[in-house]
Amino acid sequence: MTQTRTAPQDDPAKVAEFEARIAAGQSIEPKDWMPERYRRQLIRMMSQHAHSEIVGMLPEGNWITRAPSLRRKISLIAKVQDEAGHGLYIYCGTETLGVDRAELIQQLLDGTAKYSSIFNYPTLSWADIGVIGWFVDGAAIVNQTVLAKASYGPYARAMIRICKEENFHKRQGYEIVATLANGTSAQKAMVQDAVNRWWWPSLMMFGPSDANSPNTAELIKWKVKRRTNDELRQRFVNLTVPQAAAVNLTLPDPDLAYDTESENWSFGRIDWDEFNQVLRGNGPCNRERLAARRKAHDDGAWVREAASAYAAKQRAKQASEAA
Amino acid sequence: MTAPSVLPPPPPAPHDELELLLRLGDDRLVLGHRLSEWCGHAPILEEDIALANVALDLLGQATMLLRRAGEVEGKGRDEDALAYWREAVEFRNCLLVEQPNGDFAFTMARQFLFDVYAVVTLDAVSRSTNAELAAIAAKALKEAKYHVRHSGEWMLKLGDGTDESHRRVQGALDELWRFTPELFAADDVAARLAAEGIGPDLPALRAHWHELVHDVVERATLTLPHESSHTPHLNGGRAGMHSEHLGHLLAEMQIVARSHPGAKW
Repeated sequence: MTQTRTAPQDDPAKVAEFEARIAAGQSIEPKDWMPERYRRQLIRMMSQHAHSEIVGMLPEGNWITRAPSLRRKISLIAKVQDEAGHGLYIYCGTETLGVDRAELIQQLLDGTAKYSSIFNYPTLSWADIGVIGWFVDGAAIVNQTVLAKASYGPYARAMIRICKEENFHKRQGYEIVATLANGTSAQKAMVQDAVNRWWWPSLMMFGPSDANSPNTAELIKWKVKRRTNDELRQRFVNLTVPQAAAVNLTLPDPDLAYDTESENWSFGRIDWDEFNQVLRGNGPCNRERLAARRKAHDDGAWVREAASAYAAKQRAKQASEAA
Repeated sequence: MTAPSVLPPPPPAPHDELELLLRLGDDRLVLGHRLSEWCGHAPILEEDIALANVALDLLGQATMLLRRAGEVEGKGRDEDALAYWREAVEFRNCLLVEQPNGDFAFTMARQFLFDVYAVVTLDAVSRSTNAELAAIAAKALKEAKYHVRHSGEWMLKLGDGTDESHRRVQGALDELWRFTPELFAADDVAARLAAEGIGPDLPALRAHWHELVHDVVERATLTLPHESSHTPHLNGGRAGMHSEHLGHLLAEMQIVARSHPGAKW
């Protein structure tokens, strides 16, 4: 990226023109002029998103080898594979802003880039796979449906494509949950336990409350974000409460109540201390997740070197044949 | 001298067909499982995707083959009953596929040796007199042709890449070579199936396999391990005599299913 962290001063006339385009609902494309802050905010958001897809492969990948039927095993591998594809796709989208994938991955491995806090929680039973699909992919859809209208064209288009697959993942997850909820008493207990563990971390996925969200105002102004964290969180709760009731599962919040006036489900207080701890690297699996990524990267170094050495030899051979 | 028979030969016992389906199905189940262990841990993102693709194809093939095995057996077992509720000694996969992943070179060498084997055997089975089996094999053959392109390209990249990659993949070939004679060993079941035109004539396919493997190995600047009378020939997988690795693989694969007898997933 750039040598310095301080953004250069943008030409005020260009900024005004840019903001007029945003206000007119135009899409910003890679070759268009954009304020340096806009570019940096997008790199931050998009790379965090890509990293989340990559780190997100780990908690679910943890159950691939133990999936209890061939059909479930196949659909779980396909889901984790989709996440790798999303990561790749968003990294490519981020490259349109003038950074390269290797640099972004290095930031993830250094621990200087963030990824979604949810993936720092452990997957402890098969039911977690269902509940992650239902809650985590469900929350991602709420987020990404709005991001699909983001002002930056490549990001918006990536979100449209990714949302389609996430919808499929969510349905698949909810179907696992419904199967377990209608299953044996041990299966019911397993799925209720998973719901209890994943509910609050899923609400935290939307990020800090608006009062404490440092980036929100600017992102909304530039139409990178179209809704605030709290608005999206509320939408997720409103969608999920009836889904839980439909399969006779309880959400672990005694304060959950329908408010007829606002037509929202109001919910209890989120433990922001826990959220901040996880963000600071002190969640249950932060170290394991980064260690797994670093190990894959380090163990793969000789493979990547071999692939480039081979490609260089092939190029040299072709050049000498052409000469 | 016996008079020439005017009757067609009796159809092979269902047992033989079941054996063949289990051998083909278990190879793919076990190797697909092994490849899926890479998911999220590959050297490069593109390879996470590619290895998952091959795993998905193999597990899809295993599902079809084991489902058919359950039908032929006629005891009400479906593909999940066969995958999750058999013991290691009841598995009929070859020893090659159950070997642990090792490093990327080991995984790719194992994959390449198997993929070439899959292409030559599925090509034969796609002409089986058994129509069900021929149809499954024809579909799997299309996938296997992609797989061998992928693993073959990696053999070239690793063999003719850096000194380190060359050393690693040569070491993997040397280590895995002892599992290859088993692929073409024909026991009584395989011999009867071949005679009936149902199964592949395994010993006859070996030369073609060897030629295809040799071609890539040579272009990859690698050397095929020498075979001598001292080379240990490991086999027994087809009769349930496995390495110790399979038991651990199955313990992991079967744990959830077996902890909840009768449960639906």
